[in-house]
Amino acid sequence: MTYLDHAATTPMLPEAAATLTEALGRVGNASSLHSAGRRARRAVEESRETIAEAVGALPSEVVLATGGTEADNLAVKGLYWARRAADPRRTRVVVSAAEHHAVLDAAEWLAGHEGAALDVLPVDAHGRVEPDTLRAVLAAHADEVAVVSVMWANNEVGTVNDVRALAEVAHEFGVPFHTDAVQAVGALPVDFAASGVDALSLTGHKLGGPVGAGALLLRRDAACTPLLHGGGQERDVRSGTLDVPGTMSLATAVRAAVADVDRRTATLTALRDDLVARVLVEVPDAQLNGVPLDRPGERLPGNAHLSFPGCEGDSLLMLLDARGIECSTGSACTAGVARPSHVLLAMGLDEDLARGSLRFSLGHNSGPADVDAVVAAIGPVVERARRAGDALARS
Amino acid sequence: MRVLAAMSGGVDSAVAAARLRDAGHEVTGVHLALAARPATMREGARGCCSVEDARDARRCADVLDIPFYVWDLAARFRDDVVEPFVAEYAAGRTPNPCLRCNEKIKFSAVLERARALGFDAVGTGHYARLSVDTPARPVLRRAADPDKDQSYVLGVLRRDQLAGALFPLGDSPKAAVRAEAAQRGLVVAEKPDSHDICFIPSGDTRGFLSERIGAAPGEMVDPSGAVVGHHRGVHDFTVGQRHGLGLRRPAPDGRPRYVLGLEPVSRTVRVGPAEELDVTALTGSAPIWLVEPPADALACVVQVRAHGGTARATVRVVGDGVEVALERPLRGVAPGQAAVFYRPDDAGDVVLGSATIASTSR
Repeated sequence: MTYLDHAATTPMLPEAAATLTEALGRVGNASSLHSAGRRARRAVEESRETIAEAVGALPSEVVLATGGTEADNLAVKGLYWARRAADPRRTRVVVSAAEHHAVLDAAEWLAGHEGAALDVLPVDAHGRVEPDTLRAVLAAHADEVAVVSVMWANNEVGTVNDVRALAEVAHEFGVPFHTDAVQAVGALPVDFAASGVDALSLTGHKLGGPVGAGALLLRRDAACTPLLHGGGQERDVRSGTLDVPGTMSLATAVRAAVADVDRRTATLTALRDDLVARVLVEVPDAQLNGVPLDRPGERLPGNAHLSFPGCEGDSLLMLLDARGIECSTGSACTAGVARPSHVLLAMGLDEDLARGSLRFSLGHNSGPADVDAVVAAIGPVVERARRAGDALARS
Repeated sequence: MRVLAAMSGGVDSAVAAARLRDAGHEVTGVHLALAARPATMREGARGCCSVEDARDARRCADVLDIPFYVWDLAARFRDDVVEPFVAEYAAGRTPNPCLRCNEKIKFSAVLERARALGFDAVGTGHYARLSVDTPARPVLRRAADPDKDQSYVLGVLRRDQLAGALFPLGDSPKAAVRAEAAQRGLVVAEKPDSHDICFIPSGDTRGFLSERIGAAPGEMVDPSGAVVGHHRGVHDFTVGQRHGLGLRRPAPDGRPRYVLGLEPVSRTVRVGPAEELDVTALTGSAPIWLVEPPADALACVVQVRAHGGTARATVRVVGDGVEVALERPLRGVAPGQAAVFYRPDDAGDVVLGSATIASTSR
C-alpha cells in the first residue's frame, strides 16, 4: 500500500504510540487533589512544558483541546466575542479565502448568528495572502475588526504564509491575530513567540500523535471567551477533564517531530521534487498548483498538488485506489460528493481544472518506493480517467 | 468481471452488490448523488439522494468490504430527468422519471463512465431477469416476483445498454431479499421501500410542478362541450385521474368524472365518465427493439404503465413510430408513459421492445 495522504492524517510515531498505550493503564483526574490526581497533573504539566518548549511558547500559553477544529473554533469565536465585548464597535471578522473549513465556517457562523461582518481576504495565484491585502482591509475598517485569522500553511496546496508579517499588520490596527498551524507544526520551523501571533492551533494526528489531542497556543494577554463552560480547566478558557494519556502522547509526538524537522524537510523535499518531476514527465500537461518548487520555505515539503486537465478528481482517486495508492482530492462535501476546492477556486483555477486535481502528501514514513509507485501508475490512470471524462461528456 | 454496483442506500441494491461479489466479480460500489442540494442530516428529510442514503450505502459497502465512491451526477440528472419531467407535464403528458433515469443516467452516463474506467458492467437492484448470452441479443424478462417486477422501467433500454447490465435480484421474491440482507448483517434490511419520486421527497408532485411551471389557468370541459369548472394548469392532472378535480357541480347523471385528456395549447382539461377512458388503440414514438423490428403485425402483450395496465395487442411499425391495437380496452392510458411489448413465456414474459405513448383513441 502506498499511503500518500499524510496531510489528512499521518501514522503515529512509535514513541507516541508507546507513551499513549502505557498511559492508558493509569488512573487519575488531573484536577483531583489526591495522589493519583497529583501524578496525573504532573504528567499533564510536564507534557505542557514539553509542547511549549518545542514550539516556542510558555507553558501557560498552551490551552489543551481536542484538535484543530476545536482550537480554530475557540480562537475565531472566542477572540471575536472577547474583543467585541471590550469594544462593541468591533464586529468584523477577517479570514483568508484559503482557510480550512474549521476557520471559514466558524467565521461564517459568526456572520450568520452573531451579527458579524465577514471580510474574506483574497489569495494570489499561489494561494498566499499578501500583508498589503490585509492592511487594506484593516485600513478600510479601522476600529471595526475583532479578529483576523490566516493559516500558517495551507492543507491543500501547501502554501506557507508570512505569518509574522501578517500578525504585525493586524497589531498595527490593534486586532488579535490567529493562525491555523495544524499543517505547519512538525513540518516547518514554528516559533510561537517569534511569530508574534496571539493564538495558534495545532493538532496531534498531523504530526505523529493521536487523534483527539491538540492545543490552542494563546498569549496570556489575549482575551478569549470560552466555548466550553464547566470545571474551569485550562485558564478557564477550555473546561473539561484533561485527557492525560492523549496529552502525554501529543507531547511525545510534538517533541519528536519538531526535533526532526530539518532532517525530515530535506528528505521530504527531495522525495516530493522527484515525484513532481517524474509525474510531469509521465503526464506533460499536468500542472503543479501552489508555490513553485524552487522557492523552498514557501511550501510544505511533503506537499505535491497537481491538476490533470480533462480528468475528474474522483475518477483519478478511484483508479489510484484500485492500484493501492491512497491520496486525496482535497475536499469533500457532506454527501461525499467531490466539489471543486474553494482553495483552488480562490487561487483562480477554473472549475474543470480544480475538479481534476490530486493532493499527494508525504510524511515521516514515506520513501522512494512510494514515489516509484505513483510514477508507474499515473500515466495509465490519467489516460483512463480522461476517457471516462470524455465518455461522460458524450453519453 | 469488474462490476460497478449502483448502491442507492436501499435494501435491494445492497443485496444485489453482495450477490455480485459472491458470484466472484470484482465489485466497486457507487452511490449516485442526484440531488443538487441533498437533504442534510439536520433537515431530517428523506429522499433518494439524501445524505442518510449515501451513508447507508457506504455502511453496506463497508460490511461487504468493497470499495465505495459517490459520483456526482446532479447536473446530468437535472438536465436529463428533472427538466424533461417538468416539460412533459407542461405539455400535457405524464412522464415516468424512473424510466428516464434508467435510460439516461444509470445505463447511459454511469455505464459509459464505468466502461471507460475499465468496468465491464453496471449492476443494480432492479427486479428483472436478464440473460446476455450474446451481447447482441440480451433477453430481458419479467422478475419472478410479480409484485416487484420492474421490467417495465427497464424496457426502454437498448441492447447495448442491457449488454452492460446485471440484475442479480430477478429470480428472488422481495421477502427473500430482505431476509438475505438481515442474514448478511446489512443495516438496511428493514428499511422501507421508496415509493415517491426521489427528487420530490415531500410527495407533493403538484406543488413541485406548479413552483416550476407557474399558473396556466384554463377550463374543464365535459364531453358535451360544456364548461364544468376551471383549473390552475394542465400539469395538475393525469389522464384517468378521478380525485382532486375541484368540480363543484356533479355530473347531471351523478356519476363520477375522470380526466379524459389534456390540451395544453388551449389549456383545456377534458373530463367525463369512466367509459370514455377506454382506450383501444394507441400510437407510440421512438420505438426501441430487443428483437428485429417486426416487418408485419406483431402479436404481443402491451403494458402501458408501471403497475398493471396490460392487454393483448397487435403492434405495427409505421414510419418511425408504432401503432398498437388493443384486444380489450384499457383505462388510464396517458401519453408520455411507455408502452412496453412482451411475449408471454412461462419462464418469464420476454420484453420485445417499447415506445413512448404519443396518442390514444377509443
